[in-house]
Amino acid sequence: MKLVQLSLFIENETGALAAPCRLLAEAGISISTLCLADTEEFGILRLLLRDWEKARELLDKAGFAVNTAEVLAMEVPDRPGGLAEVLEKLQTLSLNVEYMYAFTSGRDGKAIIIFRFEDVDGAITALQKEGLSPVSPVHLFDK
Amino acid sequence: MENKTQPANFNSVSAIDYLPVEQLRRHQLAQLRHVVAMTYEKVPHFRQRMDERGISPSDLKQLSDLAKLPFTVKTDLRDTYPFGLFASPMKDIVRLHASSGTTGKPIVAAYTHEDIKIWTSVMVRAFASCGLHAGDIIQNAYGYGLFTGGLGAHYGAEGIGATVIPISGGNTERQIMIMKDFGSTAICCTPSYFIHLIERATEMGINMKKLPLRVGVFGAEPWTQEMRRHIEEKTSIKAYDIYGLSEIIGPGVGIECQYQDGLHLHEDHFYPEIINPQTGEVLPDGTEGELVLSTLSKEAMPMIRYRTRDITALETTPCPCGRTLRRIRRISRRSDDMFIIRGVNVFPSQIEAALLAVEGTLPHYQIILTRDKGLDNIEVHVEVNAQLFSDKVRAVEEFQHKLSNSIEHTLGIRVKLKLVTPHTIARSEGKAKRVIDRRGETPNV
Repeated sequence: MKLVQLSLFIENETGALAAPCRLLAEAGISISTLCLADTEEFGILRLLLRDWEKARELLDKAGFAVNTAEVLAMEVPDRPGGLAEVLEKLQTLSLNVEYMYAFTSGRDGKAIIIFRFEDVDGAITALQKEGLSPVSPVHLFDK
Repeated sequence: MENKTQPANFNSVSAIDYLPVEQLRRHQLAQLRHVVAMTYEKVPHFRQRMDERGISPSDLKQLSDLAKLPFTVKTDLRDTYPFGLFASPMKDIVRLHASSGTTGKPIVAAYTHEDIKIWTSVMVRAFASCGLHAGDIIQNAYGYGLFTGGLGAHYGAEGIGATVIPISGGNTERQIMIMKDFGSTAICCTPSYFIHLIERATEMGINMKKLPLRVGVFGAEPWTQEMRRHIEEKTSIKAYDIYGLSEIIGPGVGIECQYQDGLHLHEDHFYPEIINPQTGEVLPDGTEGELVLSTLSKEAMPMIRYRTRDITALETTPCPCGRTLRRIRRISRRSDDMFIIRGVNVFPSQIEAALLAVEGTLPHYQIILTRDKGLDNIEVHVEVNAQLFSDKVRAVEEFQHKLSNSIEHTLGIRVKLKLVTPHTIARSEGKAKRVIDRRGETPNV
């Protein structure tokens, strides 16, 4: 149910973003989706990939500061108000979203949003009680 | 005493500056014998060092015998922190100062009433050497407080009969306003801060050349001939270099005269030697090496053969000003890894300890010193690694703030902390170069 996301420290410098992407490309690893958080001083590149273990090893060896975090993928109706409804639901469940970003493509009229919760296990339990089930990694990467 | 080269403001306090050399040496030997005997009696740490070498104060028969005595180094001050090297009981000590040491513990300096008088007298002579006298308005922009610069210059300025503006450091706009409105004729501060003042004044549309300011007494950090040229070009002042260190007394150990060719040491109070920093061997006059100073009259905290870590040479050629005091060349560098930023002594080990305190592990780091518009900046680069890194921006920023706060807390000055990618800090033979000083690289200043 949980997805492993890689996070990479990126300096605010020309070419800093290209280097890890090139490294993964040369190993034939595809990035499913990504999100870049940037501040005035540095950036954090978050990556979702099927072969995250291989990617992590490669990045580690190449000397990047890389670590992992668990995130959840949620289906959201692809229509006006779809995301708002989900977020309101999370609010009533008192689930705090650290950050979120969209998966590259949706399916069956639904978008897929990646959520980073403070407490991922608590979030799963709360969501399942409401009949909301996060998308499993298998489904996400196999489509 | 007659001397045709005596300056117009020559007074009894300055008479000793022109003593015949033989007389000065006799005075130095007598004082040295006295101070060594006194220190041996009152400071167990020193007595132990002497005893270990089988040397007694009576072995000091001529000035060259000083070379037999043990050095005092910064770690002696650390090991005896805070009061272990005092030769006077606390009831006779009227003032304590402190400067930063190597491990976060400060270096303490103590003064009796007599010591304060000596300090004042050498500062009076220093100001006289810079052509200052009663009627001058001295803006003292050295920091007042534990740092010896502020109060040292203050007492000297009052002692010479000048009007003192005890403005202390910082608040650049107010410095400029007061300089203009009060008609300051002299300023005391670090040279880099003064260059910053010039820049700011220019931005404020003030032409420093048109102000009554005619003398600058600059010290507490090494500076260059280029900086002097810049200061003297942009303003109407003559810029003098002053030397001192709190372990010895504070500012006033040495001062330039109107010929600005080396700093005359007040060697009736501070006896100089130049040594090879590797072997400790005393080098002949004129040879470059580390300056070693012995106090000849200080009571509360006498220092015998204190290794300053400052690299210079002793000039014995007569100075056209007529002073018989030997001169040291402008301090060019230091023999340890200490650097001075905005008048504050900083050791890389202090920064290391501050970084270590945050997460319990020491990340790779590098200190980069730059100079922008005359103001010294310190930037600390820290390599992030998987342990110190998070996917959350807030967590990384918090980590960054923790590191910079810890350093600021230790040093007392603001630093810019930059997180960098692992392995981007160059390592040579496995050991990273800790300090990159780019302050001399700025073209005009």
